[in-house]
Formats: sequence, structure tokens, C-alpha cells
Amino acid sequence: MIEFIKGTLLIAGSLFMLLAAIGLLRLPDLLTRMHATTKAAALGVILIMLAAAMHFAEVGVVARSFAIIVFILMTAPVAAHVIGRAAYFVGSRLWSGTVKDELRPNYDPLTHELKSGLETHENAKRQPRNTDPS
Amino acid sequence: MDTVILISQVIMGLALVLTFVRVVRGPSLPDRVVALELFSTTVVGLVGVYAIQSGVASFLDAAIVIALMGFLAAIGFARFLERGGPRDD
Repeated sequence: MIEFIKGTLLIAGSLFMLLAAIGLLRLPDLLTRMHATTKAAALGVILIMLAAAMHFAEVGVVARSFAIIVFILMTAPVAAHVIGRAAYFVGSRLWSGTVKDELRPNYDPLTHELKSGLETHENAKRQPRNTDPS
Repeated sequence: MDTVILISQVIMGLALVLTFVRVVRGPSLPDRVVALELFSTTVVGLVGVYAIQSGVASFLDAAIVIALMGFLAAIGFARFLERGGPRDD
């Protein structure tokens, strides 16, 4: 029984990685490619590490494979965010079928300045209060 | 079980080949960085499968190190891009 579960986890994990690679190859622009790779590859690693934890079934190995899972879960979104931000700022082209780019009206590529859309005169004159987070 | 391990290794090898196609073709540097990150993640999975195949649990430590290196490389490339270093793509 445990062999069957292990095999299923291995095949599913590697299929998710293949799915990530196909998405990376087929999708039209950087952000959609990142959307394919980060999530599918992280899920693939998680499934394979679960299979490894079930195979060895020792405390140290299970702890290590869970450490890998937690590490992947923490770093994959951070890395994707940082790369996506850098790519947008260096002028990576979006797909021609992109419907909405909310950053474009609020970002000035010449001064590298982001606006929040709340820059009124009233907000500029506002004094910090004691209840504000410092 | 050996057959299952072989199948999953073949599938992940195919994924590595497809990722490498994107590394070669990638129109810009960020595309290549994303592809290299997927490369490191796939290698982490391959090392996990190899740990199961060989029965040596210490390979999982190597997997941790590879994941860490991939993350740091992605962060470093992103800093490099935002600082506006020399690019050739």
C-alpha cells in the first residue's frame, strides 16, 4: 500500500514539473511563464519530498524533507516577486493580449517613482499621529 | 518501484530539456533567470528521487543546498537587473 502511495506521489510530482517546463516553453510572456513555473514546480518538489519522507520513515529524514518543503514554500514566492518586479522595471514586454496593467498609470519609468493614487494636497499636509505605526 | 523511479526520472529529464530550450531561446535576460530557477527546482526533485533510489538519505542535504543556491542566484540576478548592469540579450 505504501509503495503504491509513494509511486503515485513520485509520478504526480514529476508530472507537475513537466507541466511547469511545458508552461515555461509555451506561454507568451514573462509573467505568465513565472505563473506556470513557481507554483507547479513548488508543488512537484513538495510531492517528491513527501514520497522521500514516506520512503525513509525516520525522524531525521522526515524533518529534513519537511524543512525542504517549508523552504521551497517560503522562497518560491519571494524569488518570483523579485524577478517579476525587476523585469517590469527593466521594461519587459507584456503579452499583446494583456487586458489590464494597473502599474502602468502609477509608475514613471524615467524617475523610477511609484505612486499610490492617494497623493492629494490634504494627504500631503497630514501630520503623523500617535496611533500611526512608526 | 524501480520502474516508477525510472519513469519519474525520465519525465523530469524531459522537463530539464524543455527548460533548457527556454534558456537558449529566451528573448530577454529575465526569461532566462526564470528558466534557471525552474532548473534548480527540477534538480532538487531529481536529487530527492535519487535519494529514494539509492537509499542514502544524506542526498536530501544536497537538495537543501541546491534550493538555497537557486534562491540566492535568483535574488542576485534581480538585484543586478534593477541596478542596471551591462546586459547582452
